[in-house]
Amino acid sequence: MKVKVLCRNPDDYVRETKKDLPRVPRNYDPSLHPFEVPREYTRALNATKLERVFAKPFVASLDGHRDGINCMAKHPRSLSTILSGACDGEVKIWNLVKRECTRTVQAHDGFVRGLCVRFCGNSFFTVGDDKTVKQWRMASPGYGEKEEPIHTILGKTVFTGVDHHWKDGVFATCGQQVDIWDEQRSSPMRSFTWGVDSISSVKFNPVETHVLASCASDRNIVLYDMRQAAPLKKVILEMRTNTICWNPMEAFVFTAANENYNLYTYDMRNLGTALKVHMDHVSAVLDVDYSPTGKEFVSASFDKSIRIFPVEQGYSREVYHTKRMQHVICVKWSSDNKYILSGSDEMNIRLWKANASEKLGLLAPREREALRYNDKLKEKFQHHPQIRRISRHRHLPKSIFSQIKEQRIMRAARRKKDLNRRKHSKPDSVPFTSQKKKHTVAVVE
Amino acid sequence: MLWKRAVHEYIYFLQKMKRYYEEGDEEKKPPEQAPVEDQEPAEEVTKAIEMTPPPSNLSHRNKPKNQLISGAKDPFPGSASVTKELLSKYERPGKVKLVRNMCAQRFKSLEEKVQTAVGLTARHEVLLPEEDGYLEADEGQDTWTITQQDIAEAVDITSGSKHFNLVLPQFGPYSINYAGNGRSLLLGGRRGHVAAIDWQSKNLNCEMNVMETVNDVRWLHTQSMYAVAQLRWLHIYDSNGVELHCIKKFNDVLRMEFLRYHFLLATCSSTGFLQYLDVSVGKEVVATNVKAGRLGVMCQNPYNAVIHLGHSNGTVSLWSPSMKEPLVKMLCHRGAVRSLSVDKTGMYMASSGLDKKLTIFDIRTFRPLHSARLPLGAGTLCHSQKGLLAAGTGDVVQVYKDTRIAAPKTPYLCLSAKAPIHGLQFCPFEDVLGIGHGGGFTSMIVPGAGEANFDAMECNPYESRKQQREWEVKALLEKIPAELITLDPTKLGEVDTATLEQKQREQKERLGLDPNEKERFNPRRRLKGKSSSANLLKRKKKVGHERQRVSMSVQERKAKQQEIKEGQASPGPKSTLDRFKK
Repeated sequence: MKVKVLCRNPDDYVRETKKDLPRVPRNYDPSLHPFEVPREYTRALNATKLERVFAKPFVASLDGHRDGINCMAKHPRSLSTILSGACDGEVKIWNLVKRECTRTVQAHDGFVRGLCVRFCGNSFFTVGDDKTVKQWRMASPGYGEKEEPIHTILGKTVFTGVDHHWKDGVFATCGQQVDIWDEQRSSPMRSFTWGVDSISSVKFNPVETHVLASCASDRNIVLYDMRQAAPLKKVILEMRTNTICWNPMEAFVFTAANENYNLYTYDMRNLGTALKVHMDHVSAVLDVDYSPTGKEFVSASFDKSIRIFPVEQGYSREVYHTKRMQHVICVKWSSDNKYILSGSDEMNIRLWKANASEKLGLLAPREREALRYNDKLKEKFQHHPQIRRISRHRHLPKSIFSQIKEQRIMRAARRKKDLNRRKHSKPDSVPFTSQKKKHTVAVVE
Repeated sequence: MLWKRAVHEYIYFLQKMKRYYEEGDEEKKPPEQAPVEDQEPAEEVTKAIEMTPPPSNLSHRNKPKNQLISGAKDPFPGSASVTKELLSKYERPGKVKLVRNMCAQRFKSLEEKVQTAVGLTARHEVLLPEEDGYLEADEGQDTWTITQQDIAEAVDITSGSKHFNLVLPQFGPYSINYAGNGRSLLLGGRRGHVAAIDWQSKNLNCEMNVMETVNDVRWLHTQSMYAVAQLRWLHIYDSNGVELHCIKKFNDVLRMEFLRYHFLLATCSSTGFLQYLDVSVGKEVVATNVKAGRLGVMCQNPYNAVIHLGHSNGTVSLWSPSMKEPLVKMLCHRGAVRSLSVDKTGMYMASSGLDKKLTIFDIRTFRPLHSARLPLGAGTLCHSQKGLLAAGTGDVVQVYKDTRIAAPKTPYLCLSAKAPIHGLQFCPFEDVLGIGHGGGFTSMIVPGAGEANFDAMECNPYESRKQQREWEVKALLEKIPAELITLDPTKLGEVDTATLEQKQREQKERLGLDPNEKERFNPRRRLKGKSSSANLLKRKKKVGHERQRVSMSVQERKAKQQEIKEGQASPGPKSTLDRFKK
């Protein structure tokens, strides 16, 4: 007779001293882990609920401006620095770590219309209602020195925006026309005009650095190549575009913030159809900025909220609002992909987390692992109705909530009308037009 | 000749000794190179490596990945090989079959990741510290003739001490229950004696007499609480025997089952109700009137937490708390069902009835696999973690092996308890079968019954107090809702695709008519005498045949078209001389 009976030595399973970690022998045999899927589902549900519990995106508010914030700029070299220009001509430089203003410059009479930092981070440009472009040193003046710009250029017309080239000492301003300036000269290298209009914003492409785009109040978006004498092409939309932003990872792609509550992502090569129409705002979209990963962008709207959209999706994944925040004029996504800054009418700059439920600060390895595991579970079960409902739930201010409802009704009515028209007219006489094409009036080469 | 044979045997032995890393080399070598007597396998390996061309002056870019700068070679290149059987053990059912062009790549990479994980877990098996128990008889001896004393003498003292008797003749017969990790044992004598003991150290944790009939006892999720089904109500006691709750909603309970992942205590009563108690919040989840009389036979399916109830008319019904009707009702026996048990994989159910038959059912198909007639019939049944089946027949406990392969005929082990058997349970993670009977309790050693390697994240027999507390919190957090108890628990993770039926129903709703509906032929009423029922039927049949023919001809037409297409593909018209073509 041969016999063996299970007999475990407790010493192999119990820790030797109280200072040791308890022993945890594992056996990954699936039959020892029953109900794998229901348990994972429960975990995913818990994780989703916890995510909503911990979703506290508001980090800080920077106050100090004496008028509404009109423009903001990121520092290309320092994560903790942000510049803001207000409607009273004041420019403030903020330290985000200390959450305080480090320097105040009275840059212009009237509005500071545009603000951009040179790629090296040593100086910045401002344009204002007083028809001047000013270059300022980033470092504050020494003791006894006066706060003075390095250069001042007096233009003929009001400038409404400025952007600096990403590599060379060249910058562009817009107003009645788009001017390309060499930093060393006081007259523009080149001026682009296409019809008579007032151009509201101009942006250099961060990848194809010679390409720039502008949007004007006659509803068009114009693309330029700095090396050519004439603009490349333009697209005319139904309503005015307020700002555009280039995707930092995909050279051809830019997103336009439109007055008709939508954002349009375009491929530069094919302006006839938008890549995606992003809908969710209930008032004009005033500003847009891409995350450094190029996967998402944030938009600021007149409806007193900011929204985060994934690039490939038509609807926002997140909406931020507070009771005190008024019309949001400008918004920036920080270069470390973690924060969002919004400047609004009521003189405050707000700092938000880009991922609302993210824990700030250093994570312990086990905590990080647990969070990753939860993320994966949430992804796995994201389409289950309960989980989707919880993860999509957001509280909205009453005004936005009721307006969304109103818009929905309006959209349905429009669709119905369209259907009826189609039904009662000759077949094929009322064509189907997709949302992506509907809002484009014309493309002019 | 003898010499030659010895050489052959040695070669065979060497071949057997071959390691997994040599398998790849086998193909390259001609069979003549098989190791000769004086050649050692180690040398052979070096030879095989030498056969591959030495690395020439390769640039760093062309250098193979695993090569070291020192030139040392990995004697075990690549990952360890695993057999397909082992891999299939770790594979989960429900692979994604839905592959469209858009997400094909995503699914492919996902599948690769899953396969890697399966491979890694399969390879981890060599690291498991313990081996299963076994019992092998000498030649000409049957294992069931081996007595417990023989086994206890043959094994070490600790294991030997696992066979013991508790002589409690006053309050029997005893129903028993082991805690989830197999440390504590709960005894409930019919005449009111309730005791909780640590059966390995034989420490008595608490003992009392509830002065009432005790029908069943059951541990809850921890060893600090247990439920006792008494004459009228269900009572919950803590580990010191203090009564925590008397649950008057649960009356006349006969049997109980605890679903540990759902924190549900399922009870069935003599009034014919199946009730679920959520022990984490103390609320009744659902009470179902089974409408089948007294419910005295119950077991749970550990794979999907479905409750099996045996009835006096020979049927077994399967219940989930989300349904008011049984999920399945199957006729298993000619007489009443006496006992039920489902194995750990949830595939096989053993049932015994008053017809003295012990039948193994496949629950995936709900069909009997095999059946055996036991002289006295089995009054209690129990499956072990490794799939052994214990049956209490009268005074004797018989343990059967491999019941899923063949009918239970000769037992693996036998033990006479010398008193009618009332409760049976295999101790989890131990080679022990607990027997509660009229004369007390007997612990029987059954080698190869328990799972050798436990997972401490699930249940840990050696857990400290702190680990126990932590486990409890985690388990409560991932308590599975009662609504998720279904026959197939993996369904939740699968893609929910609309069935053809659903699609057709939706289409019908959308269009307002059913495009797939066939028009029923209604024979016209004819003049008197021509419209007899036989005539009507005849006409109906005629139309039916006609329709069938038409549909056939459609198929034929399709086949013809296919032929024509193929004919077009082959060049030139066919001629009689084509057959001579080569």
